[in-house]
Formats: sequence, structure tokens, C-alpha cells
Amino acid sequence: MNPMENGLSRRLFLQGAGLVALVGLGNIPFGFAPALAAANDKYPEEAFKQKGEADAIKLLYGKTAEASDKVKLDAPEIAENGSVVPVAVSTTLADVTSIAFLVSDNPNALVASYKIPAGTVPGIANRIKMAKTSNVIVVVEAGGKLYSATKEVKVTVGGCGG
Amino acid sequence: MASTIRVRATSSGDTTEVQALIQHPMDSGFVKDAKGEIIPAHFIQQLTFEYDGKPVFVADWGGGVSKDPYVKFAFKGGKKGDDLKVSWVDNKGATDTTTAKIV
Repeated sequence: MNPMENGLSRRLFLQGAGLVALVGLGNIPFGFAPALAAANDKYPEEAFKQKGEADAIKLLYGKTAEASDKVKLDAPEIAENGSVVPVAVSTTLADVTSIAFLVSDNPNALVASYKIPAGTVPGIANRIKMAKTSNVIVVVEAGGKLYSATKEVKVTVGGCGG
Repeated sequence: MASTIRVRATSSGDTTEVQALIQHPMDSGFVKDAKGEIIPAHFIQQLTFEYDGKPVFVADWGGGVSKDPYVKFAFKGGKKGDDLKVSWVDNKGATDTTTAKIV
């Protein structure tokens, strides 16, 4: 076959596929939209609005986490200033795709959720706010499963201006 | 305006370590000011690091991240002299972007 002709027919085919995809998306009922949003890079607004950590994890991942000693959470025993609490996580788990930080007793439990593309090291350090003494939970998604580590951090001065 | 993003990306051969510090109030919407009025929520929602046209790290943040947020991570690859693009968007739609050279 003539290569030019081949290239052209491929392009036509792709155009057709694009059209089908567009029409298909338009037909998706409204109820499916949240599921679709969760699958792409959109900001997980609803998960960040949850009060409890269980609800936030459920909305973020659609499953529950099991505690694992392969997740290492590095947080202070006592935080003198709850508005800046340095926490870090590292893990020996393979195929990590996401890491989330939660504080049980904050007004909204979910603090941060990180996407870890292939090739990125599954280790993060950041600084979070804590309203009062509470458990800090880190959730690691690896190979499609959720693993967590929890540590209580005592807060002497809350970070939410209370 | 000077950039709100300060980023340092250091290559150690196999991996590139990235540290970023961003100027932002990160108001959670739960704190009251001196007059007892709620300070409206104002925080960065998404922070993205791109290398070679691909995201290497994406942070989704809520109001529980500390003011002037700091984050550290590392990714495999990254050459000295290459660009690392950093951008954020907050809950009011404001954005900032910067490009840092890997050293």
C-alpha cells in the first residue's frame, strides 16, 4: 500500500474516533460525572470538605486503608506551634501512585493529597496545621491498595486561632 | 511582581531532589480575625511540577497546609541545566508559575 494513503486513512480513522468519543461523553448521565472526575487530575473538592478521616479517604480512594509498617511517618511527639507542624513520609512499598496526609481532629481531616507519577520517589516532606492534639494519618496508595501509618502529635498551641 | 515560588532542584545523578517554598496565606476559612470575623478561605488547591513536559509531582492541598507552604520530594532522572516548571492555582482562581534550572 502507498504510505501516503496509509497515513491519510489513519488520520481519518482518528478523526472519526475523536468524534465518537465526544458524542459519547455528551451522553453520559449526570450521576456518572463525579466518578469520571475522580479518575482524572481534577481537584478532589468534596474529599477536602469531609470532617472525618474515614469519609475523606473513602471519597478520595473509594476504599479503606490497612495499617502497614512499610509506611514510615515522621512527625514530632509534641508540636509547640500547631500552625506549622513538619511531617514527612517515606515508604518501601513499590508502585506508589498517591500519598495523602490527614489530621483526625482538624475541622476538615484531609490536609494534602499528592499524586506520585511513575519515576517519582515515594517520599514527601511538608508542613501542616493542627487545631489541637490529634492523630496524624498518612495513607499510601501502592499497587491499587491503601496502606497507612498513624501517629499522635500533641499540640500545645492550636493552629486554627481558637 | 516577584514570583511567589522559590524552588531549588538539585540533581545527584540518578535523582533530582526538589524543595519548594511558596508565599501564600493558606487561610483555611476556620480562623477568626481580631474583630471576631471569619477570615475567608484562601488557599492553594493544586501545585504541579513538570519536567520534560510531564508532571513529576502534583499536590492537591486543602486549608490545612501551613501558611507559606513548603514541600520536598524527589524524582528519578532530571539533568543539570534542564528546566523544572512549577505552577499553582488557588481557590480564588489566582495562579503563579515559575521555571527553575536543575543544578
